Amino acid sequence: MNAVAEREKTNGTQVLQPERTYVAPEVNIFESKDQYVLEAEMPGVNKEGLEITLQDNILTITGHRADQPIGGEPLYRESRKADYRRVFELDPGIDGEKISARVDQGVLTLTLPKAERVKPRKITVA
Amino acid sequence: MALIRWHRPETARWDPFRQLSSLHSEIDRLFEAPLSALTAGLQPFTSGWSPALDLHEDKDNFTVRAELPGMKKEEIEISLHDGVLSISGERREVKHEDSGVHRSERFVGHFQRTLALPSAVDADKVKATYEDGILTVTLPKTEAAKPRQIQVKTR
Repeated sequence: MNAVAEREKTNGTQVLQPERTYVAPEVNIFESKDQYVLEAEMPGVNKEGLEITLQDNILTITGHRADQPIGGEPLYRESRKADYRRVFELDPGIDGEKISARVDQGVLTLTLPKAERVKPRKITVA
Repeated sequence: MALIRWHRPETARWDPFRQLSSLHSEIDRLFEAPLSALTAGLQPFTSGWSPALDLHEDKDNFTVRAELPGMKKEEIEISLHDGVLSISGERREVKHEDSGVHRSERFVGHFQRTLALPSAVDADKVKATYEDGILTVTLPKTEAAKPRQIQVKTR
Protein backbone atom coordinates (compact mmCIF):
# COMPACT_ATOMS: atom_id res chain seq x y z
CA MET A 1 0.00 0.00 0.00
CA ASN A 2 2.94 2.25 0.71
CA ALA A 3 4.36 1.90 -2.78
CA VAL A 4 1.08 2.98 -4.33
CA ALA A 5 0.81 5.97 -2.02
CA GLU A 6 4.35 7.06 -2.87
CA ARG A 7 3.54 7.08 -6.56
CA GLU A 8 0.45 9.17 -5.94
CA LYS A 9 2.42 11.77 -4.09
CA THR A 10 4.94 12.15 -6.87
CA ASN A 11 2.24 12.67 -9.50
CA GLY A 12 2.80 9.40 -11.26
CA THR A 13 6.42 9.92 -12.20
CA GLN A 14 8.76 7.21 -11.08
CA VAL A 15 11.07 8.57 -8.43
CA LEU A 16 13.89 6.25 -7.51
CA GLN A 17 14.45 7.13 -3.89
CA PRO A 18 14.11 3.87 -2.02
CA GLU A 19 14.90 5.32 1.41
CA ARG A 20 12.59 8.29 1.23
CA THR A 21 9.37 7.96 3.15
CA TYR A 22 7.15 10.77 4.26
CA VAL A 23 4.80 11.28 7.11
CA ALA A 24 2.05 13.87 7.11
CA PRO A 25 2.47 16.42 9.88
CA GLU A 26 -0.53 17.30 12.02
CA VAL A 27 -1.97 20.70 11.20
CA ASN A 28 -4.30 23.29 12.60
CA ILE A 29 -5.97 25.63 10.15
CA PHE A 30 -7.76 28.79 11.16
CA GLU A 31 -9.56 31.35 9.07
CA SER A 32 -10.29 34.94 9.95
CA LYS A 33 -11.72 37.63 7.75
CA ASP A 34 -8.28 38.73 6.51
CA GLN A 35 -6.22 35.59 6.35
CA TYR A 36 -5.73 31.92 6.97
CA VAL A 37 -3.23 30.60 9.48
CA LEU A 38 -1.82 27.11 9.14
CA GLU A 39 0.28 25.47 11.87
CA ALA A 40 2.12 22.26 11.09
CA GLU A 41 3.96 20.14 13.65
CA MET A 42 7.29 18.86 12.43
CA PRO A 43 9.61 18.05 15.33
CA GLY A 44 13.23 17.92 14.28
CA VAL A 45 12.76 20.40 11.45
CA ASN A 46 14.28 23.87 11.46
CA LYS A 47 14.46 26.67 8.91
CA GLU A 48 17.13 24.97 6.82
CA GLY A 49 15.11 21.81 6.42
CA LEU A 50 11.90 23.43 5.24
CA GLU A 51 10.69 23.55 1.66
CA ILE A 52 7.46 25.34 0.94
CA THR A 53 6.34 25.60 -2.65
CA LEU A 54 3.27 27.05 -4.24
CA GLN A 55 2.33 26.17 -7.78
CA ASP A 56 -1.02 27.19 -9.24
CA ASN A 57 -3.10 26.69 -6.15
CA ILE A 58 -1.19 23.74 -4.79
CA LEU A 59 0.79 24.30 -1.62
CA THR A 60 3.39 21.67 -0.76
CA ILE A 61 5.09 21.67 2.61
CA THR A 62 8.13 19.44 3.03
CA GLY A 63 10.23 19.28 6.19
CA HIS A 64 13.57 17.48 6.34
CA ARG A 65 14.60 16.40 9.81
CA ALA A 66 17.89 17.71 11.05
CA ASP A 67 18.43 14.73 13.27
CA GLN A 68 21.60 14.94 15.18
CA PRO A 69 22.92 11.41 15.40
CA ILE A 70 22.89 10.04 18.91
CA GLY A 71 25.88 7.99 19.91
CA GLY A 72 25.39 4.49 21.15
CA GLU A 73 22.91 1.67 20.73
CA PRO A 74 19.22 2.34 20.34
CA LEU A 75 17.46 0.42 23.10
CA TYR A 76 13.97 1.58 22.40
CA ARG A 77 12.68 3.64 19.53
CA GLU A 78 9.32 5.19 18.82
CA SER A 79 10.26 8.06 16.55
CA ARG A 80 10.51 7.49 12.83
CA LYS A 81 13.20 8.52 10.43
CA ALA A 82 10.66 9.80 7.92
CA ASP A 83 10.59 13.40 6.76
CA TYR A 84 7.37 15.36 6.68
CA ARG A 85 5.22 16.26 3.76
CA ARG A 86 1.71 17.45 3.19
CA VAL A 87 0.00 18.94 0.18
CA PHE A 88 -2.95 21.32 0.16
CA GLU A 89 -5.17 22.85 -2.44
CA LEU A 90 -5.62 26.47 -1.53
CA ASP A 91 -8.61 28.71 -1.64
CA PRO A 92 -8.05 30.77 -4.82
CA GLY A 93 -8.79 33.87 -2.75
CA ILE A 94 -5.40 33.59 -1.06
CA ASP A 95 -2.78 36.06 -2.21
CA GLY A 96 0.15 33.78 -3.02
CA GLU A 97 2.69 36.59 -3.03
CA LYS A 98 1.99 37.56 0.52
CA ILE A 99 2.30 34.18 2.24
CA SER A 100 4.74 34.32 5.13
CA ALA A 101 6.28 31.53 7.18
CA ARG A 102 7.87 31.19 10.57
CA VAL A 103 9.22 28.12 12.34
CA ASP A 104 9.71 27.74 16.07
CA GLN A 105 10.57 24.57 18.00
CA GLY A 106 9.44 22.30 15.23
CA VAL A 107 6.18 24.10 14.50
CA LEU A 108 5.72 25.86 11.17
CA THR A 109 3.25 28.72 11.15
CA LEU A 110 2.12 29.91 7.73
CA THR A 111 0.12 33.07 7.35
CA LEU A 112 -1.87 33.23 4.14
CA PRO A 113 -3.52 36.59 3.59
CA LYS A 114 -6.63 36.81 1.50
CA ALA A 115 -6.49 38.97 -1.57
CA GLU A 116 -8.21 42.34 -1.21
CA ARG A 117 -11.03 41.67 -3.59
CA VAL A 118 -12.08 38.59 -1.64
CA LYS A 119 -12.40 40.12 1.81
CA PRO A 120 -15.94 40.63 2.96
CA ARG A 121 -16.94 44.17 2.23
CA LYS A 122 -19.75 46.22 3.51
CA ILE A 123 -21.78 47.69 0.72
CA THR A 124 -23.50 50.84 1.77
CA VAL A 125 -26.89 51.63 0.48
CA ALA A 126 -27.08 55.14 -0.79
CA MET B 1 -1.01 7.89 20.50
CA ALA B 2 -4.63 8.90 20.54
CA LEU B 3 -6.72 6.56 18.42
CA ILE B 4 -9.58 8.98 18.34
CA ARG B 5 -8.79 12.28 16.77
CA TRP B 6 -10.65 15.16 18.27
CA HIS B 7 -12.17 17.46 15.68
CA ARG B 8 -14.02 20.64 16.35
CA PRO B 9 -17.13 20.77 14.22
CA GLU B 10 -16.39 22.46 10.91
CA THR B 11 -17.60 26.03 10.98
CA ALA B 12 -17.65 26.60 7.23
CA ARG B 13 -19.46 24.38 4.76
CA TRP B 14 -16.93 24.73 1.99
CA ASP B 15 -13.48 23.45 3.01
CA PRO B 16 -10.95 25.29 0.85
CA PHE B 17 -8.09 23.18 2.11
CA ARG B 18 -8.81 19.92 0.42
CA GLN B 19 -6.00 17.47 0.63
CA LEU B 20 -4.96 16.23 -2.77
CA SER B 21 -4.17 12.76 -1.63
CA SER B 22 -7.42 11.40 -0.47
CA LEU B 23 -8.84 8.87 1.90
CA HIS B 24 -6.05 6.54 0.84
CA SER B 25 -3.51 8.74 2.50
CA GLU B 26 -5.55 9.20 5.65
CA ILE B 27 -5.73 5.46 6.11
CA ASP B 28 -2.00 5.22 5.48
CA ARG B 29 -1.46 7.70 8.25
CA LEU B 30 -3.47 5.63 10.67
CA PHE B 31 -1.40 2.56 9.92
CA GLU B 32 1.88 4.40 9.85
CA ALA B 33 1.56 5.85 13.32
CA PRO B 34 3.69 3.82 15.68
CA LEU B 35 1.68 1.13 17.40
CA SER B 36 4.63 0.54 19.69
CA ALA B 37 3.37 3.33 21.91
CA LEU B 38 0.38 1.15 22.69
CA THR B 39 2.08 -2.19 23.06
CA ALA B 40 5.35 -1.19 24.69
CA GLY B 41 3.95 -1.53 28.19
CA LEU B 42 6.04 1.32 29.50
CA GLN B 43 2.94 3.01 30.77
CA PRO B 44 -0.76 2.37 30.79
CA PHE B 45 -2.53 3.63 27.72
CA THR B 46 -4.22 6.93 28.33
CA SER B 47 -6.01 8.82 25.66
CA GLY B 48 -4.28 12.01 24.67
CA TRP B 49 -0.85 12.99 23.63
CA SER B 50 1.91 10.42 23.94
CA PRO B 51 5.04 12.04 22.53
CA ALA B 52 7.43 9.63 20.82
CA LEU B 53 10.42 8.60 22.93
CA ASP B 54 13.74 7.10 21.95
CA LEU B 55 16.24 5.59 24.36
CA HIS B 56 19.88 5.13 23.39
CA GLU B 57 22.79 3.77 25.41
CA ASP B 58 26.51 4.10 25.04
CA LYS B 59 29.20 3.16 27.49
CA ASP B 60 28.95 6.37 29.48
CA ASN B 61 25.41 7.68 29.11
CA PHE B 62 21.80 7.00 28.45
CA THR B 63 20.21 9.42 26.04
CA VAL B 64 16.47 9.93 25.91
CA ARG B 65 14.94 11.88 23.08
CA ALA B 66 11.32 13.04 23.05
CA GLU B 67 9.43 14.71 20.22
CA LEU B 68 7.72 17.70 21.79
CA PRO B 69 7.05 20.31 19.14
CA GLY B 70 5.69 23.72 20.00
CA MET B 71 6.56 23.88 23.68
CA LYS B 72 8.48 26.47 25.61
CA LYS B 73 11.34 25.00 27.60
CA GLU B 74 9.88 26.36 30.83
CA GLU B 75 6.75 24.32 30.21
CA ILE B 76 8.56 20.98 30.14
CA GLU B 77 9.06 19.16 33.45
CA ILE B 78 11.66 16.45 33.80
CA SER B 79 12.13 14.46 36.96
CA LEU B 80 14.14 11.43 37.96
CA HIS B 81 13.14 9.23 40.85
CA ASP B 82 14.46 5.77 41.71
CA GLY B 83 15.81 5.23 38.24
CA VAL B 84 12.56 6.23 36.55
CA LEU B 85 12.64 9.24 34.28
CA SER B 86 9.44 11.21 33.91
CA ILE B 87 8.80 13.86 31.25
CA SER B 88 5.62 15.85 31.45
CA GLY B 89 4.10 19.18 30.64
CA GLU B 90 1.12 20.93 29.27
CA ARG B 91 0.53 22.45 25.92
CA ARG B 92 -1.86 25.32 26.18
CA GLU B 93 -4.33 26.19 23.54
CA VAL B 94 -3.61 29.41 21.68
CA LYS B 95 -6.90 31.17 21.32
CA HIS B 96 -7.71 32.54 17.92
CA GLU B 97 -10.56 34.77 18.93
CA ASP B 98 -11.74 36.05 15.62
CA SER B 99 -11.09 32.93 13.58
CA GLY B 100 -13.04 29.92 12.54
CA VAL B 101 -11.39 26.52 12.68
CA HIS B 102 -11.01 24.36 9.59
CA ARG B 103 -8.78 21.69 11.04
CA SER B 104 -7.64 21.00 14.55
CA GLU B 105 -5.28 18.02 14.65
CA ARG B 106 -2.63 19.27 17.04
CA PHE B 107 -3.01 17.96 20.51
CA VAL B 108 -3.65 20.39 23.35
CA GLY B 109 -3.38 19.55 27.00
CA HIS B 110 -1.33 17.62 29.47
CA PHE B 111 1.09 14.85 28.53
CA GLN B 112 3.32 12.54 30.49
CA ARG B 113 5.80 9.81 29.59
CA THR B 114 7.77 7.71 32.02
CA LEU B 115 10.71 5.48 31.32
CA ALA B 116 12.51 3.08 33.64
CA LEU B 117 16.23 3.22 32.98
CA PRO B 118 18.06 -0.09 32.68
CA SER B 119 20.83 0.87 35.10
CA ALA B 120 21.74 3.51 37.63
CA VAL B 121 22.44 7.07 36.58
CA ASP B 122 24.01 10.00 38.37
CA ALA B 123 21.08 12.31 39.01
CA ASP B 124 23.28 15.33 39.63
CA LYS B 125 24.83 15.18 36.19
CA VAL B 126 21.69 14.89 34.07
CA LYS B 127 21.47 17.47 31.28
CA ALA B 128 18.63 18.37 28.97
CA THR B 129 18.40 20.48 25.82
CA TYR B 130 15.38 21.47 23.75
CA GLU B 131 15.90 22.30 20.10
CA ASP B 132 13.69 22.19 17.00
CA GLY B 133 10.94 20.69 19.10
CA ILE B 134 13.08 17.77 20.27
CA LEU B 135 13.96 17.34 23.93
CA THR B 136 17.24 15.50 24.49
CA VAL B 137 18.03 14.27 28.02
CA THR B 138 21.52 12.94 28.68
CA LEU B 139 21.87 10.78 31.78
CA PRO B 140 25.41 9.79 32.71
CA LYS B 141 25.77 6.34 34.21
CA THR B 142 27.19 5.93 37.67
CA GLU B 143 30.69 4.46 37.79
CA ALA B 144 29.36 1.20 39.11
CA ALA B 145 27.00 0.84 36.17
CA LYS B 146 29.61 1.32 33.46
CA PRO B 147 30.80 -1.78 31.67
CA ARG B 148 34.22 -2.93 32.77
CA GLN B 149 36.76 -4.93 30.91
CA ILE B 150 37.65 -8.16 32.62
CA GLN B 151 41.04 -9.57 31.85
CA VAL B 152 41.20 -13.22 30.99
CA LYS B 153 44.36 -14.76 32.31
CA THR B 154 45.75 -18.00 31.08
CA ARG B 155 47.99 -20.10 33.20
